[in-house]
Amino acid sequence: MKAKASFLLRTDFYTENFLRLAASCSGLIVLLILFFLLNELQGFSNFTHIFTDIRWNPTEGHFNMLPMLAGTLASTLGAIIIAIPFGLFSAVFLRLFAHPAVASVYRRALEILAGIPSVVYGFWGLTTLVPLVNGFAPPGAGLFTAIIILAIMIVPTAALMMDAAFRSVPDSELNPIHSLGFGPWAAFRLVLLPKSLPSLITASLLATGRALGETMAVLMVAGNIVQVPNSLFDPIRTMTANIALELGYAEAEHRAALFACGFILLILVLALVLLSAFCERRFRVEI
Amino acid sequence: MLKSKALAVFSYLSVALIVGLLGFILFDITSRGLAGISWNFLTAEPLSSGRAGGIGPILLSTSYILGIAMLVSLPIGIATALWLTEFTKAGSPYAEVVRKSLDILAGVPSIVFGLFGNAFFCVYLGMGFSILSGGLTLACMVLPILIRVTEEAFRSVPIELRQGTAALGMSKTSSVLFILIPMAFPGLLAGILLGFGRAIAETAALIFTSGYVDRWPESALDSGRSLSVHIYDLAMNVPGGDANAYAASLSLVMILLIVGGCSSLLAGLHLKRKGFQYD
Repeated sequence: MKAKASFLLRTDFYTENFLRLAASCSGLIVLLILFFLLNELQGFSNFTHIFTDIRWNPTEGHFNMLPMLAGTLASTLGAIIIAIPFGLFSAVFLRLFAHPAVASVYRRALEILAGIPSVVYGFWGLTTLVPLVNGFAPPGAGLFTAIIILAIMIVPTAALMMDAAFRSVPDSELNPIHSLGFGPWAAFRLVLLPKSLPSLITASLLATGRALGETMAVLMVAGNIVQVPNSLFDPIRTMTANIALELGYAEAEHRAALFACGFILLILVLALVLLSAFCERRFRVEI
Repeated sequence: MLKSKALAVFSYLSVALIVGLLGFILFDITSRGLAGISWNFLTAEPLSSGRAGGIGPILLSTSYILGIAMLVSLPIGIATALWLTEFTKAGSPYAEVVRKSLDILAGVPSIVFGLFGNAFFCVYLGMGFSILSGGLTLACMVLPILIRVTEEAFRSVPIELRQGTAALGMSKTSSVLFILIPMAFPGLLAGILLGFGRAIAETAALIFTSGYVDRWPESALDSGRSLSVHIYDLAMNVPGGDANAYAASLSLVMILLIVGGCSSLLAGLHLKRKGFQYD
């Protein structure tokens, strides 16, 4: 009511409503995604299949997804453990050690790395990394290679987000540390880390989401055998790879099971998005 | 002191490793792909599943898919960004819903977009495996990044200009059309090119929407294979396809590097030509 009264001109009224309509599209797309995933899920007779079936053998009606879930979680966890320290150290380098010119070159390099398509990473992993790993732990394609490729893929994103977090801490907060003669460690530990902790957590959670949802690169280097990995070098299949491998020929309940895979992935990623929003709010208040 | 030393050592080490890796990957792809790239490779049809021949039809399909994706997502994206920055107050509930939706969309894995595109565009709307389905799926996918960057561009236009137009009695509509959009143009361009880069890199969302067919596309309802899907297919399903997969990868990376270079170059040029100076 108030908003309408403030319009000076009829054109502005039309403009705003037109723009609001366009903005509604994003919400509409989210609803459509949810609706169509759930709609296709209806063909899936019983959700306990996911946990209780003897194995994943869709042509015979067995839909145990636990090995794929294990593959996804193991590869994501491994990638995160490697990528977060590298991302953090890169961001520290940019904020505390690098000359501005060097920093801008390094940022550019990170942007290029972040922009390389996942299928190119996968292909490079397949032709370079897999033979390399095969040399000391055959067959080469497996959990370990998937972790390395995933880590390479998410490091630049994590580093750039953490860099943005550190850059938002103004120089005026760092200057006292420098003028008291403390070194970079004190600047990091006493100023940068506490000031930007919420953003660092958000960056890590978003990077986790990317690793969780990555398809092509993992598909090409993980070996794609449906099994719970017993060792670091076992071939695995992730949820995403499973969809990409089987959707082409899946019918009826098999197709529904793949949509169930996708739905579980979506729920995991949504949980991460909500968690990061929650962290952001929670920690902001405390600081 | 020791801790500071350790911090420095680890920082320099990780930077060296990451830069080394980037160099290694780029060198590897260039050195093994360069031999395969020629005018003929870029224009000819693929022969024997892509082992021989070129990527002509694939480049054409890719540009159709990208064209549709950008044509659909750009107006919606810019309109949404305008609405969020110029027509809503902070904390307005409707705007919060839109922002939350965008956060969610940005997090949705690309393969889930593939599932959605397959169920909605291909099956429900009856478009089948087609360039149109693929383009529309990509449009949904690039929307959040497009909006985030264009919103940033509109926000960077100084508030004084808005106050000026209001003081002159201009309508908000003409202020947007004649002041804001021209002023934010470099940022808009950067956003467009970023969305373009995201779209051209995408594979998983396209396999089950735009399909695998590697012939010359005749209409938007034909199935068409994108460059990224072609690389995947050559690497995984075609024994002996590695040489051409390297050449195709190099083409894709080159396109991305050129697009990235153009975006920073054009943005700088535009600023200089217009004589605008703002932070």
